[in-house]
Amino acid sequence: MPARNYPGAGVTERLHEPELQALRSGDEQAFQSLVARLHGPMLRLVMGHVRDRDIAEDVVQESWLTVLKNLDRFEERSTLKTWILGIALNIARSRRRKESRVLTFSSLWHFGDREQRGPTVDQSRFDATGTWKAIPDSWSNVPESRLLSQETMQRVREAVDTLPPMQREVLVLRDVAGMDSEEVCGMLGISAENQRVRLHRARTAVRRMLEEYLR
Amino acid sequence: MICRDVVELMTDYLEGTLSPADLARFEDHIAGCGGCRAYLEQMRKTLEITGRIARAEPVSASLERELTAAFRNWHSKRDGSL
Repeated sequence: MPARNYPGAGVTERLHEPELQALRSGDEQAFQSLVARLHGPMLRLVMGHVRDRDIAEDVVQESWLTVLKNLDRFEERSTLKTWILGIALNIARSRRRKESRVLTFSSLWHFGDREQRGPTVDQSRFDATGTWKAIPDSWSNVPESRLLSQETMQRVREAVDTLPPMQREVLVLRDVAGMDSEEVCGMLGISAENQRVRLHRARTAVRRMLEEYLR
Repeated sequence: MICRDVVELMTDYLEGTLSPADLARFEDHIAGCGGCRAYLEQMRKTLEITGRIARAEPVSASLERELTAAFRNWHSKRDGSL
């Protein structure tokens, strides 16, 4: 039996993440701030799997309840954040499976992931020698107030939500949640190479949307 | 290297996974190509913006209330069982 976390008995404990310690000791503020910090990444991770935001919030809630239920058994084989996002991902996926039995349109979500090959830039932008016909726009002239505006953020959210599921998962975990590639490969059970291909396709899709939008 | 190929290596470049030989050729090309430099800059900005999309999404008051109650409940039960 591992040593229990009695207050004051910290010396006999192995080293835990401070945040995990705080949760286990009942620190409400630590819990709330963790919920707030992971809310955006969790929502994005879940959104593409379910129909709308209400269901997504519901999945987020269920994820946290599952986290609490299993927190004492969490063995820190990954970071707390990775573990929690993994739980949210599993719940979102199983919710999608349940819904796809009833909703015909969700079968559409399964398309697209096969599209992992081929160029990510419109080939008509290059001449016969493979050189740019016209140079891509420089975004350094776009004022930050536009580049980082609420509207731009909303556009990017929408673009992320409509990516093929496997690409979206990689992009959200890497670029929204800020996990490193090793953690993401572990969570999704994919190779480093596969992860990079998905990440590349996802990032270029978002870039393409932004290029249109900022033109 | 030509632009058409260079754009497909952008993520490998940003991830630092290009072989030394490819990295040298990539950087060589970028140094002399304004188009690919602009494209790389677009990719970097895309990452920067994507990294921020989660910020402006606050937890709704009702969700926070329910989760806090669940946390309190979890902790009081847990205390009792230890």
